[in-house]
Amino acid sequence: MTARTLAVIAAGLSQPSSTRLLADRLTEATLRALDGVDVDVTVVELRDVAQDVTNNLLTGFPSPKLDTAIQAVTSADGLIAVTPIFTTSYSGLFKSFVDVLDPQSLTGMPVLLGATGGTERHSLAIDYAMRPLFTYLHANPVPTGVYAASSDWGTEAGLTDRIERAASELAALVRASERSQSIRDPFALPEGFSPVGGFGAQ
Amino acid sequence: MQFGIFTVSDVTTDPTDDTTPTEGERIKALVTIARKAEEVGLDVFALGEHHNPPFVSSSPTTMLGYIAAQTTELILSTSTTLITTNDPVKIAEDYAMLQHLADGRVDVMMGRGNTGPVYPWFGKDIRDGIPLALENYALLHRLWREEFVDWQGQYRTPLQGFQSTPRPLDGVPPFVWHGSIRSPEIAEQAAFYGDGFFANNIFWPKEHYMRLVSYYRQRFEHYGHGTAAQAIVGLGGQAFMRTKSQDAVAEFRPYFDNAPVYGHGPSMEDFTAQTPLTVGSPQEVIDKYAGMREHFGDYQRQLFLMDHAGLPLKTVLEQLDILGEEVVPVLRKEFAANRPADVPDGPTHAALVAQSERVEAAETATTVTA
Repeated sequence: MTARTLAVIAAGLSQPSSTRLLADRLTEATLRALDGVDVDVTVVELRDVAQDVTNNLLTGFPSPKLDTAIQAVTSADGLIAVTPIFTTSYSGLFKSFVDVLDPQSLTGMPVLLGATGGTERHSLAIDYAMRPLFTYLHANPVPTGVYAASSDWGTEAGLTDRIERAASELAALVRASERSQSIRDPFALPEGFSPVGGFGAQ
Repeated sequence: MQFGIFTVSDVTTDPTDDTTPTEGERIKALVTIARKAEEVGLDVFALGEHHNPPFVSSSPTTMLGYIAAQTTELILSTSTTLITTNDPVKIAEDYAMLQHLADGRVDVMMGRGNTGPVYPWFGKDIRDGIPLALENYALLHRLWREEFVDWQGQYRTPLQGFQSTPRPLDGVPPFVWHGSIRSPEIAEQAAFYGDGFFANNIFWPKEHYMRLVSYYRQRFEHYGHGTAAQAIVGLGGQAFMRTKSQDAVAEFRPYFDNAPVYGHGPSMEDFTAQTPLTVGSPQEVIDKYAGMREHFGDYQRQLFLMDHAGLPLKTVLEQLDILGEEVVPVLRKEFAANRPADVPDGPTHAALVAQSERVEAAETATTVTA
C-alpha cells in the first residue's frame, strides 16, 4: 500500500500543553489503527507560527515557514485538529490559521476534531463550533469528536475509549484517501470559460 | 525596455511628523512627481484609479491629460483602469481622447479593483468581477477596432451601430496591459488578444508572480502571437534608497512600519527578504532588479512604486533623482546585455503604427498576388 500522510494541528498556547497531549494521543491511536500502512506524520504547533499567521492575515501571503506548515496540512490524507476551547469556542489562533488557508484547500479532507478545556461543560463546542467550520470548508469530519477536560486526564477509561473510536473512524478514511497523491492545477480555468466573455457577448 | 513609476495616489499621514497632505496638495504633488519622472529620464508614469478615500485618483484621464500638456516624452499609463465597474464605452472614448491630446503617449492597464463596495456603488456585483472584466474588455477591444459596433452582452445595454469617438489616433488603439495578481482567467485573456500582462510584483513574494507570468507566456505562444519569450511582460517593484544602505533603512522604517498595506505586520527585514521591496543603496536596488530577468525572462516594462505610505513630496523627488540618475541608467545597460534580438521593446505608439503599416502592406501584397 502506498504511504499516507497525516497532519496534526495543535493550537495549545502553553508548552507543554494538554492540547498537544491530546493531539499526540489521537495521533498514536490513529497510527495503531493504520497498522501496516506507512504513515508520514507532520505536527504543526500553531504557537510556533503564531506571528507568521498574524503577518499572513495582514499581508496576504505566508512566510516560508508558515507556507511549509500550510502545505503539510492541506496536502495530507487526514488531519487531526485540536484546539483549546476559549470563551465558548475554538481559540483565536486556531481560527486565524484556518482563515489563512485557501478555502478550497481542505475539500474532502478527513478530519478528527479534538478539543481541550478546563471543564467538561464546554464539550459540545466541538459540535457547535468546530464541526460547522470544517463542514463549511467541505472537509469530512468523523462522527466522533474527542473532548478532554482537565478531569478526564484522571479518569482514563472514558477518554481512551473515545480516542480509540475516533481514531478508528479517521483511520478508515485516511486508508482510502488519495488526497496526498492528487495534483491540483492552479491555473485550471472554469468550465465554459471564454477569453471574450462567457455569456455570448459579441 | 521601459522604466517608470506607478502610484496608487494614497493620502497618508506622514508617521514621522503626523502631518497629512490635503487632497489638493496630493493631487498637485502627483503632477510634480510625473513631471519629475520625465525630467530624470524615466519613460512611464502610471496612475491608479480609486473611488474611495484615502485615494484621490478617481478621474485618471483628467489628471493624465493635464500631465500630458506639461510633458513631451513621458508615456502616460494607468495602474489600473477599472474594467469591471467602468462602462467600456466610456473607457474607449476617454482613452482615445487622451491618446489624441498626448500625441500617442498613452497606454492602459486593465484591472478589476480590490475594494468590494466599489462594485455596488457602480451598480455591479463583485462576484461577477471576472466575467465583467472579460466581457467589458472584449467590447472595448472591438470599439477601438471596428467603426460601427453591434453588440449584446450580459452586463450593459446593447449597442446597435455605435461608433465610439474619437477614433484611435492613426487608427491604432492604445496598447493594453492586463494586470492581475492571481487570476489565470485574466492572464488567459491577455494572451488571447496578444496584449501585455503586468504583475504588480510588490507586496507578495516574486515566486507567486513568476508562476502567473510563465502561464501567460505559454498561452501567448499558444494563441500564435509569437514565442513565449516574445510575450509582453511588465513588472512592478518598490524601492527606497540612500547612498548609505543603513541611512535608507533608518529613514524608511517608520514609513514601512505604519504603511497601510503591510504596516504592523512583518519586520522590514523579513518583508524585504520575502518580497521585491528593496531598502538600501542604489547598488542594492540595481542588483535586485537586474536579477528579475533571470526569474521572469526578458521583459518590457519595469515600474516602481515610490510615493506611498506618507513619504513627503521632497523625499519622493529625491528618490526619483536617485532612480533616474543612478539606478535606471545601469539597469538599461544590464537589461540590454545579451537581450535576444527578437524580444520586443516596450510598446510605443510609433512602434504600433509601424507594425500596423507592415501588416497592411503584407495584406495588400497578398491581395495583389492573389
